[in-house]
Amino acid sequence: MRLAFFGGLYSNYLALEAAISDARRRDVQELYCLGDMGAFGPYPDRVVSMLREAEVFCIQGNYDDSIGNELPDCQCGYTDPRDNLFAQISYDYTLSNTNRENRRWLQQLPVSSDIERNGVRMHLCHGSPRRTNEFLWESTTSDAFLDRLIEPSGAGLVLGTHTGLHWTRTTRSDRRFVNVGVLGRPANDGATHVWYTLVDVAERSAGPVGQGESGVRVEFVPVEYDFRRLSGEMRGEGLPEEFAETIETGWWTTCLEVLPSRERRRGRC
Amino acid sequence: MAEAGRVELSGLDELWFQVAGTLCNLTCTHCFISCSPHNDSFGFLSLESVEEALTESVARGVREYYFTGGEPFLNPELVPMLELALGYGPATVLTNATVLKDEWLERLRAAEERGPYSLEFRVSIDGPDAATNDPIRGTGTFDRAMRGVELLVGHGVLPIITMTRTWPDGEDQRVLGRFREVLATHGCDRPRLKVLPRLLIGAEAERTCGYGETDRVSAQMMHGYDSDQLICSHSRTVTDRGVFVCPILLDEPSARLGATLEEADRSFVLQHGACVTCYQYGAICTNPSGQAFEQMVGRIEGPVGDGAGEGVR
Repeated sequence: MRLAFFGGLYSNYLALEAAISDARRRDVQELYCLGDMGAFGPYPDRVVSMLREAEVFCIQGNYDDSIGNELPDCQCGYTDPRDNLFAQISYDYTLSNTNRENRRWLQQLPVSSDIERNGVRMHLCHGSPRRTNEFLWESTTSDAFLDRLIEPSGAGLVLGTHTGLHWTRTTRSDRRFVNVGVLGRPANDGATHVWYTLVDVAERSAGPVGQGESGVRVEFVPVEYDFRRLSGEMRGEGLPEEFAETIETGWWTTCLEVLPSRERRRGRC
Repeated sequence: MAEAGRVELSGLDELWFQVAGTLCNLTCTHCFISCSPHNDSFGFLSLESVEEALTESVARGVREYYFTGGEPFLNPELVPMLELALGYGPATVLTNATVLKDEWLERLRAAEERGPYSLEFRVSIDGPDAATNDPIRGTGTFDRAMRGVELLVGHGVLPIITMTRTWPDGEDQRVLGRFREVLATHGCDRPRLKVLPRLLIGAEAERTCGYGETDRVSAQMMHGYDSDQLICSHSRTVTDRGVFVCPILLDEPSARLGATLEEADRSFVLQHGACVTCYQYGAICTNPSGQAFEQMVGRIEGPVGDGAGEGVR
């Protein structure tokens, strides 16, 4: 059985459209999105229509909670004044351009979900199993901590997003965490494509339910899309030039201060 | 006086090692635990005791480790300690960068590259020039710290520069801007800056007026407050004199919670003036990447005037 997981859409409806098509070409049976539908990009209502049309099962991110409940900020968890300034510009734009019905839809999304496919239990969340806006960076998340986070869910596989960078690790206790990446913006690697994740679960999983990842295969998939059209529309909507630059260069220009040094070193800024 | 607030340990996310005790090569006038070359009220931790705590920390699901002092690099076993810790999880060392050596940094960068985890260097510099920094940290310390920054950058480290706010509240942006310019001239063109509020205890209490008797976190103030903001809800500090609630309150007997991590797994009463500063600013000790809580800046009204100004975490 094949499942596709999207993370952080950030209003990038062009990448979402490309990812849904790509997943269908690869015979994906179920589509999931782990939240943060809005932010950063233009026309936030468009991704919501696409998600509903394609029957993507959605988890609520911190952004969706904020927009759905019309909170004063995005709860992104940034600590730097410049990052917070850009986050606020993006948030104010997204809030004022999300229609009432879509706000209600975002508001009612579940904050997590547990599914079982072919005997493999999976826990879906946005940041971490314990907190929607917790950053789980690859280089600052110990094995022991992952085990502690995953254990209460009883799952063998936990999937999240929120940081913008995809990664996966199997702990010594044979539990696996997957950060499925984001479709909203590139992975700070100088390439313009964005990422989603395929999970294949073998028909009869070898491991006992909830334990281990036997029979599970995880693949990160790059998605090409019309990024020039997106950056043009961002400029047309008056969104910051820094955002358009990230879309066109593949390098982050904002939200850098929360990166651990290891992830930060891989970038340009 | 109103009943004091109480914080449970929700889980051990960060484990701190008071690895150099209160021994430091500098004698900063604002040091909240009065570290100096002569203050041996807390001594060095041994490699053996660090290893023991690291092993114990795995069962508790610790996310990351912090090494502090005093000046951690005074402990001759610090490098092997950090090499060891990186086998368990991410580590951060808080240094004044005035005693760093090439060979240590070479070993530490190699240890970081061998595994999946980050090694962060947090460098304390209290102003963008000697005129601001040296009166607090000592004559010549600005130039020595800048040489330390150059050494770190030369080894591919992106240091986090922390500064205690000793300037007027409204001048943060000017000071940070100047810091960026100055650090760039020392090769540090991607500075990660963190402003810390002053803690009015230790040497700082002698320098200024300290906290008033009413500067306390009451039980009522904890209603609706996200206690994850307080490191005492998710951290403990290992010292050579037992396990303390946090790295700030070492001079407070009630902050020693036991001899072992297990004994220290209990609630803490926020009965100290410094608790108010943590309450107000939130997670002042952890790195930005390790923080996860509601965005409180601008939402919390200061419960008391501590003179520290608007919130920057």
